Amino acid sequence: MAEQQVILEARNITKDYGGGRVLDGVSLQVHKGEVIVLIGPSGCGKSTFLRCMNGLEQIQSGQILLDGEVITEGKTDWTKVRQKIGMVFQSYELFPHMSVIDNLVLGPVKVQGRDKKEVTKEAEKLLERVGLLDKKDAFPRQLSGGQKQRVAIVRALILKPEILLFDEVTAALDPEMVREVLDVILELAADGYTMLIVTHEMQFAKAVADKIVFIDGGKVVESGIPEKFFTQPETDRARRFLNTFIYAKGGEKA
Amino acid sequence: MDIGFIVEYIPLYVEAAKLTLGIGLIGIALSLIVGLLIAFIQYFKIPILRQMATGYIELSRNTPLLVQLFFLYFGLPKVGIRISSEGCAIIGLCFLGGSYMAEAFRSGMESVEKGQEESAFALGFRKSQVVRYVILPQALSVSIPALCANMIFLIKETSVFSVVALADLMYVAKDLIGLYYKTDEALLMLVIAYLIILLPISIVAAILERRIRYAGFGN
Repeated sequence: MAEQQVILEARNITKDYGGGRVLDGVSLQVHKGEVIVLIGPSGCGKSTFLRCMNGLEQIQSGQILLDGEVITEGKTDWTKVRQKIGMVFQSYELFPHMSVIDNLVLGPVKVQGRDKKEVTKEAEKLLERVGLLDKKDAFPRQLSGGQKQRVAIVRALILKPEILLFDEVTAALDPEMVREVLDVILELAADGYTMLIVTHEMQFAKAVADKIVFIDGGKVVESGIPEKFFTQPETDRARRFLNTFIYAKGGEKA
Repeated sequence: MDIGFIVEYIPLYVEAAKLTLGIGLIGIALSLIVGLLIAFIQYFKIPILRQMATGYIELSRNTPLLVQLFFLYFGLPKVGIRISSEGCAIIGLCFLGGSYMAEAFRSGMESVEKGQEESAFALGFRKSQVVRYVILPQALSVSIPALCANMIFLIKETSVFSVVALADLMYVAKDLIGLYYKTDEALLMLVIAYLIILLPISIVAAILERRIRYAGFGN
């Protein structure tokens, strides 16, 4: 397979937060069409890393590049950058005062200046794809968590970003709803979307990832293809982390 | 109770009520504008203006309207600035109301969850768009009860306007008492006049509040 172009790249970035170092020299390349899953213990910095990628958090040093251009130095038009980097949050963050369809249409119309009719049609098509066309006039509070998150994914998609960031998007959901959201993401992966995903769902990570990046203590400890990472991790730290997901009778760790 | 007296002087009260209501409404409208501006200054953390806004709010909220009016009407002419009675009343009401409205808007804006702002930024909105489309609509529904309470409060505060020689309701009542010693009649009409002005506003405010509380978003 020919090497695809790099869409998003972090070069040795550091991030301090409240006196502590949250990210300590993290580098990562995301190629076009690639799905990278970031895993690691809570507080390891993986969510912060994601939030640095679209400028929600500022980095202290290092560089972030989008399509080969540095976006963390000089004057960056973040409104342009963020249209190319879609993001879905753990807490959905749909706008509660707007119907589903208005939530979806607002961005493309106000940010990208696209025609409202055309965008509405596209939004309906996408809603149909995630099985929520009948909810287009509903308000967020009338939806279940899983439905809200699927709408949030569509809201990010409709801006036609080059890459999608998922920040623990199933962490607030009941198990059955986790499935419906992850199925949507799996479909997107199959369609060739470029994605950077933070999750605690190991089975999902195994299924969706082209590459697993294991982060601990603000550093990339290990990365590799999921088949290898989940069966023969190279580092002790990764092995210990993976073991916490295995249960044996009597609560003893395998 | 001298009914004949009451009937005779009703037109005087009607005129005074018009003045009270007129100046009250102008003052409220200006207070809302000032309040929103101050809330924006604080939200966008505009340097210098922000410190000035804080100073203004403290000054406005911690001095009585009566004192503010005295300052405008009797104090400023000493340095050569002369403002009409109506002008003093409107400026005074706006000076007082602006800070209360600002606090109402600010608490509403602060009640909107941080994640709402972040998700809007993530969609590529500029900060001004975030405020306009995401923060303000949600903040307003939280602020409305406080805004309504402020409006009623401000109309009641107009009762001190007589000190700047404005023929408002209070002025007319005091005038009639002074001229004819018809204290009971004059005060009764005063109370009724305020009730006629304020009750409808209170009722509308109560209905509005209940609708917001029970409706939430989208039901």
